[in-house]
Amino acid sequence: MWFYEKKLLYPVRVSTCNPMLAKFLLELYGGADGELAAALRYMNQRYSVPDRLISLLTDVATEELAHLEMIATMIYKLTKDATPDQLKQAGLGEHYVNHDRALFYTNAAGVPFTAAYIQTKGDPIADMYDNIAAEEKARATYQWMIDLSDDPDLNDSLRFLREREIIHSQRFREALEILKEGQ
Amino acid sequence: MHSHFKKWNPYVSPFDPCPPLNVKYYSTPPNLYIGFQPPGLPQYPNASEALRSGTLWPALYSPYPKPNSVEGEEES
Repeated sequence: MWFYEKKLLYPVRVSTCNPMLAKFLLELYGGADGELAAALRYMNQRYSVPDRLISLLTDVATEELAHLEMIATMIYKLTKDATPDQLKQAGLGEHYVNHDRALFYTNAAGVPFTAAYIQTKGDPIADMYDNIAAEEKARATYQWMIDLSDDPDLNDSLRFLREREIIHSQRFREALEILKEGQ
Repeated sequence: MHSHFKKWNPYVSPFDPCPPLNVKYYSTPPNLYIGFQPPGLPQYPNASEALRSGTLWPALYSPYPKPNSVEGEEES
């Protein structure tokens, strides 16, 4: 079970009204390398890995949920006061006609989230290598998102999230070393 | 200490439609080199600095975008 703390992991500020950034951020929300995929992937792997990795997967999965909440806050702030016309201009017309301004788990191109994004092979070596790759892909996605964004406040939060992916990758690399040594 | 970015020079054709990007960079964060994190690694002097960096340890910090100061940095 979890205890919920009613604050964000790291502050989210948005300084410009730019709904197009919300469209791009959806990649990190419901995309293949997004936070939902990461949280679900690790939470699901916990049951079948060697004992020494369970708490690591729980910790990282929990933090990914906190990241998901930050991304949701960014998207919400960027779209909550946008007019339908502004959303259309930003490429979110298709989103608006289906969901209004409600958040939905899609990637930046509007493709709905699918469990097929979550890799679990059941082999701990294969899964840890895959987790490392997932973290590096998330890091790269944050980089390209920062490249696209000219909002300094948003970028501050995005840089924080990118660094966290690096730390997670570090921990999975250490987990791989533990697996190589045996229990 | 490894550099945070590596650079390479993509091939430029005389018939490329866009002005060429002669140098491209990619990020090489510290997790690629560190192996097991050594015990007692020095931490940031205060919590707010650690929070802003996203990590407790300066040795695990990776900047992005590439700071101008590392322009032309050679691989170490």
